[in-house]
Amino acid sequence: MTQMTAEQAMHLALREEMQRDPRVLLLGEGVATKNNDLVRDFGSERVRNTPLAEAIIAGTAAGAAASGLRPVIDLLFAPFLTYAMDALVNSAGKLRFMSGGQFEFPLVALAMTGSGWNVGAQHNHNLEAMFVHAPGLRVVMPSEPADFRGLLKAAIRDPNPVLFFADMALLYQTGEVAEGTDDGDHLVPLGKAAVRRPGTDVTLVSYAKTVAVCLEAAEQLARQRIAAEVIDLRSLKPLDEQAVLKSVRKTGRLIVVHEASGLCGIAAEIAALAATRAFDALRAPVVRLTGPDAPAASSAVLEQAAVPRAEAVVRAAVDLLRGGRQTPVSAVEEGLLAL
Amino acid sequence: MKDLQSPIETDTGTSARLQRLETMLLIRAYEEQLVTLQQQGAAGGTCTSVGQEACATGVVAALDQRDRILTNHRSGGHLLARGADPGRMMAEVLGRIDGYCAGRSGSLHISDRELGVVLTSTIVGGELSMAPGVALAQKMGQGQPGGIVAVFFGDGAASEGIFHEALNLAVHWRLPLLFVCENNQWQAFVHRLETMADDAIASWARGHGLPVQSVDGNDVDAVYAAARDAVQAIRADGQPRFLELQTYRRRGHYEPDDQFYVDATELETWAQRDPIQGQIDRLRQQGLLDEAGLTAMQQRVRERIDAALTFAQDSPWPTTETLTDFVYA
Repeated sequence: MTQMTAEQAMHLALREEMQRDPRVLLLGEGVATKNNDLVRDFGSERVRNTPLAEAIIAGTAAGAAASGLRPVIDLLFAPFLTYAMDALVNSAGKLRFMSGGQFEFPLVALAMTGSGWNVGAQHNHNLEAMFVHAPGLRVVMPSEPADFRGLLKAAIRDPNPVLFFADMALLYQTGEVAEGTDDGDHLVPLGKAAVRRPGTDVTLVSYAKTVAVCLEAAEQLARQRIAAEVIDLRSLKPLDEQAVLKSVRKTGRLIVVHEASGLCGIAAEIAALAATRAFDALRAPVVRLTGPDAPAASSAVLEQAAVPRAEAVVRAAVDLLRGGRQTPVSAVEEGLLAL
Repeated sequence: MKDLQSPIETDTGTSARLQRLETMLLIRAYEEQLVTLQQQGAAGGTCTSVGQEACATGVVAALDQRDRILTNHRSGGHLLARGADPGRMMAEVLGRIDGYCAGRSGSLHISDRELGVVLTSTIVGGELSMAPGVALAQKMGQGQPGGIVAVFFGDGAASEGIFHEALNLAVHWRLPLLFVCENNQWQAFVHRLETMADDAIASWARGHGLPVQSVDGNDVDAVYAAARDAVQAIRADGQPRFLELQTYRRRGHYEPDDQFYVDATELETWAQRDPIQGQIDRLRQQGLLDEAGLTAMQQRVRERIDAALTFAQDSPWPTTETLTDFVYA
């Protein structure tokens, strides 16, 4: 095992997959500029800088993927994905179906998002749920370096188009990553959640940077003799429904936490999952703690205020356990209350 | 079953020219049959290429088996010229399982990997966004050796920003890609003169620094000759070429658009320049086609369309249990 940042873990994954499969190529704004070593080792044909034109980058990836290549495209910041939406949603997501299964689109689109860099709403927008809503696409959003590597490797090998969201706040955080050999052990399969901390009293479901928020909350809750189980979804589509249901059946209480806004978001889906498939096990209403329906602010204070905090998670959990609040407030409210 | 009556061909002899006339007749008859089906309520709306048959026929005839095509919602001609079976196409239009896309495409999005008609998109410009990627794969060895890629689009798609992005990338990356703009004068419900200051798409293309040719898109011989030259040039140097085919959309944007907004004189002017009648006249004047020959040709086409309709109508509907098939690999 070795310590590396999430960004280094992604780079390692790219290198390993390019080494393993000559059909893998990297396209995007500055990918050749920033990855001299990949250009050196795999050639400029497979590591290509592109114009600042997300629509044609994504369209080219769709066309190339359907024609036998396995492109990874770096679209930089998630809001730029809206320019790439046609190629990703209408082409890569739909043309397998619309062609009666004749074509596949094994491509990976990388995009950074989330608070932490004070870059404002046109560089920071957690729009992962938009892509979850698009048929044919896979969506992943890891929380720790080993998963950045393992999920990226699995995404590159997946025969479907995968949106890979990298939480900016996590990119330079370090974690343990297994070193060396390129074997299946380092793959993190799509659609598989991870239990980050076991517990019996309340289930905290999250992904990306708010997994750490939940772990911190769980630590605080432990001091109050409340055992919180923390589940890191890792993949948003496919969703590991069994992992969520298993935990909810055990704890009977569910809090879902994410930075993206709440309306029609991942937390809503998880809440619906619990309500429809584990209603009998629920001992309290489901709580959602999410960011607000507002563009991300640039100002550091406001930017951070949009992210659910551990204190809010703790308070929600305590309320659930003590039955103090029968109609838990929306997440944002919780987040702001915790300020 | 591939249709062997429309072989992919590359010569300019009499038989080839007669074959191209028959292909145009087939396209016209096929699309008129779709119009009839729509009017009867038997099929949904469709987008025809009536009046543009020479474009599809001439360009596709200049391609060969190893080449690939991307097309758009006016794709019937491209598919038939490539040798697609009108029966399977019509089954697709009717949503039946024997359609080229198992009924998931309908009339607008038909593709067939075996024919090399790939990734049909009806998002105007969608085909342009994917074409460089297909050509890149070709260039990087994921295709048949020596193959090129042709992408068909209209003046409407040329007004999308992606048009410029695709041309720029194709030129800069030296992709073996033939851009074919069928300038049919109408962009959905708006005449192109209302939307662009320039008179032709060709001048926009020239700005990107690739060889551009403008051709009478209603003269199948001229289209074929220009396409053949462009294809040969791409095969020789691996770099993109651009063809603008001046043509005209004789029917509405879709069925049943009755074109109340189109000037009658304009319609009549272009009707006089019908690509099929024009070719019949030329072949007659050159003594290559007589009345009996034409009648026999029309008869063959009619029989094929009738057989296609029967095949399509006899094809089963997909079962509802298959609703979500093909979404994920």
